[in-house]
Amino acid sequence: MTERGRKALLLAPAGIWLLVMLALPLLVVFVFSFGERGAAGGYVPAFTLEQYANLPARWTAFKNTLILAPLGTIAALVIAYPLAYFLAVRCSPKWRTSLLILVIVPFWTSILIRSYAWIFILGGRGLPALLESIGIDDIRLINTPFAVLVGIVYGYLPLMVFPIFVSLDKLDKRLLEASADLGSTPWRTFRQVTLPLSVPGIATGCMLVFILLMGEFLIPAILGGGKVFFVGNALVDLFLQSRNWAYGSAVAMTLVVVMLVTVSIYMKFISRLGGQRQDVSLM
Amino acid sequence: MTKDNGTISKQKFMEELRRYQKGSVTRRHFLGVTGLGMATAVLGTAIPGLRPRPAFAAGDIGDRVILATWPNYHDEMNFEAFTEATGAHVQVNVFGSNEEMLAKLQAGGSGWDVFVPTNYTITTYVGEDLIIPLDTSKLPNYDAGSFEQRFSDAGSVDGQLYAVPKNWGTTGFAVNTSKLDGAPTPTTWKEFWDLTMEGYSGRTMVHDYQLTTIGNALKYFGYSFNSVDEKELADAEKLLLDAKPHLFAISSDYQPPMRNGDAWMTMCWTGDGKQMNVDMPEIAYVLGAEGGELWSDYYAIPKGAPHMDAAYALIDFLLNPEVNAKEVLAHGYPSADARTNALLPKELLEDPILYPAADLLNALEFGAAATLTDPNRAELLARFKSA
Repeated sequence: MTERGRKALLLAPAGIWLLVMLALPLLVVFVFSFGERGAAGGYVPAFTLEQYANLPARWTAFKNTLILAPLGTIAALVIAYPLAYFLAVRCSPKWRTSLLILVIVPFWTSILIRSYAWIFILGGRGLPALLESIGIDDIRLINTPFAVLVGIVYGYLPLMVFPIFVSLDKLDKRLLEASADLGSTPWRTFRQVTLPLSVPGIATGCMLVFILLMGEFLIPAILGGGKVFFVGNALVDLFLQSRNWAYGSAVAMTLVVVMLVTVSIYMKFISRLGGQRQDVSLM
Repeated sequence: MTKDNGTISKQKFMEELRRYQKGSVTRRHFLGVTGLGMATAVLGTAIPGLRPRPAFAAGDIGDRVILATWPNYHDEMNFEAFTEATGAHVQVNVFGSNEEMLAKLQAGGSGWDVFVPTNYTITTYVGEDLIIPLDTSKLPNYDAGSFEQRFSDAGSVDGQLYAVPKNWGTTGFAVNTSKLDGAPTPTTWKEFWDLTMEGYSGRTMVHDYQLTTIGNALKYFGYSFNSVDEKELADAEKLLLDAKPHLFAISSDYQPPMRNGDAWMTMCWTGDGKQMNVDMPEIAYVLGAEGGELWSDYYAIPKGAPHMDAAYALIDFLLNPEVNAKEVLAHGYPSADARTNALLPKELLEDPILYPAADLLNALEFGAAATLTDPNRAELLARFKSA
C-alpha cells in the first residue's frame, strides 16, 4: 500500500464519522435557519432572514451564558490547579493512582443524578439549615446563579484537573532544581518555570470546560430552577416545546459563531501567555 | 405460547430446569417447553381481568410494545400481567410535555406503538397525519357509551375515532396552609398571584409549561385560559414578569420542593395534589374559582407503529375495567369510564380533589389546539423564563 493510501485509511474512520455526524447535521441546521416555522410547529422550507432578525429576543440567554460560562471556567481552574499540582508534583507516587481514580469516580454515575443530589445539599434542609444553626439566617442557595456555578464547577472539575495534571506530570523536575540552584525563590520558580510550562494543560482544560459550558442546559435547568436561562435552555425550549425549528436553528448557528469567535480570541491570548510556545493544542 | 405442545417427562423437565438455571436457555424457552407458561396462562384465565381477549387470541403479537406516557401514570403490575398474558414486554418511555411528544413524532422514527396525548393535541396530530384512525373491532373493551362525553369527545375528529380516553384531571394549585399564619386558604388565581408577590415571596412555583403558566396568569384578570388575544397576553406577561423575582422556581417537578418545605405553593395537577395531600394533609389542593384547566388524556397509535397488533392489544388490555380500576388506584387520576368507576371504592369517588364539585368543575376550560401551537404564547414564556 502506498504512503498516501495508508494515510487515507487511517483518517477514514474519523473522517467519515465527522462528515456524517457533524458536517451534515450542521448543514441541515444551517439550511433550517433560513426557513420558517410550520403552523403546528416544525420546519417549512423558505428563504428568509427573519429568524436571524429575531435573535435579540434571546439576548438574555446569550448574556447569561457568556457571563456564567467564563466564570465557571475560571472557578474550575482556580480549584483544579492546586489539586493537579499536588497530584503531579507533591503527592507520593504510592497515593497518586488512588487519588487520580477518586477524581474520576464521579463520572461513574450520570451528571443528572449528581445534580439532583445538589438540589438537596443546596435546598432549605441542606446547607442553609446548617448555616441557620450557627446563626446565619435566611440564606437561599438553590435556584440561584450561585447554585448553577457550584453545579458547573462540581460537574466539570475532572475535565480541568486531568489536562493540567498531565502537563505538570511531564514537567522535567531538573528544571526546578536548576532554578533553585540559580538562586530563585520557590514562588519565582513557580511563576517563571512551572506555570509557563503548564500553560498547554491550562489551555486544554479551559477549552474543554468552556466549550461544553457554552452548550450546557442540564445544570441551569436543575440547579437554577428554570430561572437561570442559558442558550442551551433556549434551544431545548425552541426544539422541544415551541417547536420553532427554524428559529432554533438560527440560535444554534449563532451559538456556533459566538463560540468560534470567543475561542479564537482565547487561543490568541493563551499563546501570548505561553510566550515562545507555539504548540498550544487541544490535546 | 407457540411452543407449548405435548407433555414433558420428569427427566426432561429437570434437564430443562438445569439448562435454564445455567442460563443456557431463556425464561421464555423454559416456560414454553415445560408447559409452565401454558399453566400460568391457564391460571391467568381464572382472573377475569386477565382472560385473553380476541386481540390476544389473534396469535403472536410480538415480544414487545413501546409506550410513550407521563410520569407516575400506570400500575407496573398491570404491565407484568399484560406480558404474562401476551408474551409482549411493555417498554415505557416517560415524557414531560405534549410538545415534546409532538416534536418527537414530527421528527419521525419515534418507534412508539402507543402514546398518551392530551385532548388539545389530537386535532394537531390528525392534521399533521401523525396518528392512525382506530379500528374498534380490535378494541372489544372499548365501549363509547360508558365514557362521560366531555372526556371522550376530543378523541374523535370529524366523526372518526382516533384516540380513546385514559384519565382526566384538573390544573389547580397546591398550597401549604401551615405557612398562612391563620389566614384563610386562598380560593382564587388572583389570591395565588397576590400571595406569590407578598407573603409567599420566594416560595411559589409555576409550571415550565406555557399552556398552564400563561393560562393561569390570564385567569388573574378573568380572561379565558386559552386566550391568544394580544392585549390580554400583554397583561398576563406583565403579571408574570412582576411575579418572577418572587418565584422559587419555574419547573414542573414541584413535588420534591413542596414536600421538603422549600416551596409553599405551586401550580399543580390533580394526581400530584392528591399524592401530596395524602402524605401531608396541610398541603391543600385548590381549583381557582375563576376557572382554569380541565384536561383529558387519551391512548392513540402513531402512524407507522412498529408493533401494531401489540399496540391494539395493550390499549384494549388497559381499557378493561378491572385493569383500569387498578390503574386508577395506583396513580390517583380519575377515569371517565362508568364501568371502571363502578369497581372503585366509594371514598375515592367522593374525594373532592379527584372529583371536584360541579360548580368548580363547570368553571374550567379544556385547553385548545390553537393555544398549544400559538407562537406568541411560546415566545411570551421564553421572555418570562429569560427575564
